[in-house]
Amino acid sequence: MAVDKLFKDEATEEKGERARMASFVGAMAIADLVKATLGPKGMDKVLQSTGRGRSVTVTNDGATILKSLHIDNPAAKVLVDISKVQDDEVGDGTTSVVVLAGELLREAEKLVAAKIHPMTVISGYRMAAECARNALLQRVMDNKDDAERFKADLMKIAMTTLSSKILSQDKEHFAKLAVDAVMRLKGSTNLEAIQIIKKPGGSLKDSFIDEGFILDKKMGIGQPKRIENAKILVANTAMDTDKVKIYGARVRVDSMSRVAQIEGAEKEKMKEKVQKIIAHGTNCFVNRQLIYNFPEELFADAGILAIEHADFDGIERLALVTGGEIASTFDNPESFKLGHCKLIEEIMIGEDKLIHFSGVEMGQACTIVLRGARVLLGGGWPEMVMAKEVDELARRTPGKKSHAIEAFSRALQAIPTTIADNAGLDSAELISQLRAEHHKEGCTAGIDILSGAVGGMEKLGISESFKVKQAVLLSATEAAEMILRVDEIITCAPRKREDRM
Amino acid sequence: MALAFDEFGRPFILIKDQEQKTRLRGLDAQKANISAAKAVARILRTSLGPKGMDKMLQSPDGEVTITNDGATILEQMDVDNQIAKLMVELSRSQDYEIGDGTTGVVVIAGALLEQAEKLLECGIHPIRIAEGYEMASRVAVEHLEHISQKFEFGTTNIEPLVQTCMTTLSSKIVNRCKRPLAEIAVKAVLAVADLERKDVNLDLIKVEGKVGGKLEDTELVYGIVVDKDMSHPQMPKQIENAKIAILTCPFEPPKPKTKHKVDIDTVEKFQTLRQQEQKYFDDMVQKCKDVGATLVICQWGFDDEANHLLMHRNLPAVRWVGGVELELIAIATGGRIVPRFQELTPEKLGKAGLVREKSFGTTKDRMLYIEQCANSRAVTIFIRGGNKMMIEETKRSLHDALCVARNLICNNSIVYGGGSAEISCSVAVESAADRYPGVEQYAIRAFADALDSVPMALAENSGLQPIETLSAVKAQQIKENNPCCGIDCNDVGTNDMREQNVFETLIGKQQQILLATQVVKMILKIDDVISPSEY
Repeated sequence: MAVDKLFKDEATEEKGERARMASFVGAMAIADLVKATLGPKGMDKVLQSTGRGRSVTVTNDGATILKSLHIDNPAAKVLVDISKVQDDEVGDGTTSVVVLAGELLREAEKLVAAKIHPMTVISGYRMAAECARNALLQRVMDNKDDAERFKADLMKIAMTTLSSKILSQDKEHFAKLAVDAVMRLKGSTNLEAIQIIKKPGGSLKDSFIDEGFILDKKMGIGQPKRIENAKILVANTAMDTDKVKIYGARVRVDSMSRVAQIEGAEKEKMKEKVQKIIAHGTNCFVNRQLIYNFPEELFADAGILAIEHADFDGIERLALVTGGEIASTFDNPESFKLGHCKLIEEIMIGEDKLIHFSGVEMGQACTIVLRGARVLLGGGWPEMVMAKEVDELARRTPGKKSHAIEAFSRALQAIPTTIADNAGLDSAELISQLRAEHHKEGCTAGIDILSGAVGGMEKLGISESFKVKQAVLLSATEAAEMILRVDEIITCAPRKREDRM
Repeated sequence: MALAFDEFGRPFILIKDQEQKTRLRGLDAQKANISAAKAVARILRTSLGPKGMDKMLQSPDGEVTITNDGATILEQMDVDNQIAKLMVELSRSQDYEIGDGTTGVVVIAGALLEQAEKLLECGIHPIRIAEGYEMASRVAVEHLEHISQKFEFGTTNIEPLVQTCMTTLSSKIVNRCKRPLAEIAVKAVLAVADLERKDVNLDLIKVEGKVGGKLEDTELVYGIVVDKDMSHPQMPKQIENAKIAILTCPFEPPKPKTKHKVDIDTVEKFQTLRQQEQKYFDDMVQKCKDVGATLVICQWGFDDEANHLLMHRNLPAVRWVGGVELELIAIATGGRIVPRFQELTPEKLGKAGLVREKSFGTTKDRMLYIEQCANSRAVTIFIRGGNKMMIEETKRSLHDALCVARNLICNNSIVYGGGSAEISCSVAVESAADRYPGVEQYAIRAFADALDSVPMALAENSGLQPIETLSAVKAQQIKENNPCCGIDCNDVGTNDMREQNVFETLIGKQQQILLATQVVKMILKIDDVISPSEY
């Protein structure tokens, strides 16, 4: 007797070969989707949101594209997830990780079709990934002791990354911006201290890195537009009537005169607060919350620049760079640390007014302390190196696993192939040349997209960071393994949305 | 549906809305139930063993889970059939009781039902089958006791424990680094175990996961990791020799629960109230400071002003810490949870050697590590992994490993894995069958056959010839009188599980057999299924 209903309505179940097919197809479709964006000549995608306004994004960042897609296939979701993690963790290589995982699955599909058990494929992939990682580790260059070269490395990496983006025409400019900005952090990796303010207008070249800090706010009316040697008080406090917070308190009056009295007391209270703030000896007051008209007026009278409603990040960053504390009470001016900066002024960018803090404390002490960064060459060089090592491993390994290891090496080579294809070059020709080159010891050859030939990557100065490559390798293998292990997909009935019409 | 009629030809209405319900009776009911249960078992069968495959489950909200943990698969499978639900329960109770072997128990139950179906067709009464199964399960459990081995371990010799945990982990996706994970699990359990009372409180082990990094970066923290950061961005990120005040009261003016109103009608009242309010904050911070706290952990939020006062008085604070974490912190640091500022005393403070904030990746994720606690008996396993599904699966796998380690501490008997225990039981049950007179004999034999299904599934999943392999191993067991022969899933070359170091806990195996028999009995006893048809 057949079981008519094991699952709830609309729940579906796919088993064995069919399940595997479904996940392979889904994952490969996703990989093919972003494949065209890989490399310096990769194409961009236009994304139109379904939300209000139908806003349009043009990007070739893998993570951004995938994030905006509505995907139903569970295997595809795994790939979207790894690209998101890659973005969070290392911030680059989001497309490569998806393409590599897709290629690994494509190869796996062929093997499975040739009656090799997925588990065998997985164990082969694992060996290959380990071997590839070691190959990278051996060839990594570490220039952390040499500040100049380190900076040059950073420059190269930033340029390589940017060259696939729409900014590529100004990549040198932007790479310099990015590197300068990061170097300023003195080796701490806290990217929060770098603020990116976008203003439409002007050409891309007009982007600049500012050694100070820019706050996208206007100054209060009638307040000084320029302060030298500013003492900044960064605050997060209510500058309105300042409600009594004791629960259940309410004002109950029985005559008009009383109302006036209370109002007077409130005003007095505000005034007192302002007085206290002024007593700190500050001449610039930045508040996260609103500053009402009355206190603003008081500040203007005292010649203090008051900036209201700065966003949370802005406040934290400002406190960080000026070395001040974020205050909420103002009773002990003597033990309080004010932030300092040399100059505050209102600047105009295009049509907009911004407030510019320059000569901040953090900026002054901009000596360069560096963390170790390990660098690899770019342009498909690391993939070829890994592929070569993995190939050798395949030859040494007995048993069915060696097929899987070989497949891994083919998947690795797919990345330079895609880069070349996207640039409209003859990929078959280039890859075979490249492979021949790599059989020599100490080879630095990769694909030079600009000239469309094989060239020495070291000379061309195309580098990539080791951390990114390693993350790409590991998470792509992990994802491929996860999808391969699946032999059954059970999809629950989608939750019914309440119709709110 | 068969209806009974009274003498006037009117049907008796026995069940409400009788016409709208489908009803299955007798043999049909049993067969329907059995086939439903078998369908569930069939789904899990391929997940068994080190070469078992995973299942991908998509929840109603589109979330994807990839797992091969039986309990998790069944829980998320959204089954509708009532018997299938029983199987889900079965797996869950194995999970609660033992924590491991959730797939195996369902496979055994499925096999038992499959055998029962054949017996039913022969015309044996279901109750007799159930009784036979009961007898057989008793034999099997006793036999397990007999072939089990005790092994000794201590705080210094953790190798046997690690080996057993590795057996559990080897069937999961994390088997790439099963050794480090097994070590982490064993160390964690030993850290919280009370070896004299043979008791382990798994609540003291917190498993936290954060996406990113490699699986190899997973670490065991002797202390607590809380997914929170300091309430004020400028508070110190590292505190040594912290004295921790653990509060469940907010840094806010008190809110009396009785209804009240404070009326303000004069300027003086307005002012006194204001001063009162400021004093509240000052007092609260002062009290924490007075007892010597250097870190405040609070279950609730702070007012901006209080936050700044804390910062100003150089008293770092963490807010919105969950109740469970708060308890763990209290246990770990030896502090007391203080519900009111008035009750804050120096003795109630918790102590920790080092509290630090750690950030990850390019996102602003920060976590708070509380380490070197006064009472080191609370630990955190901090999992890193390539993606969310990986972390979730690692969490589940570690849960299994932790349970196994705990079971071993409670009861240090083990049996050998790889299906060897099942084969040995099957042989024992088979030979015991002959001693029972009566129809039950058939049921007992069927039970023996059903036990074979576990090693069969193992062999099948590992790509071996199931029948050939099983019969070879069985013959070897009988010939050598060696209950350690099992299925060589990993192609190591020997099928002696002692050499392969594949262990399972005795109580885990016993529980599997008992639970499976229980459910099967329950299902066999059903002879009438009434269910509302389409609605």
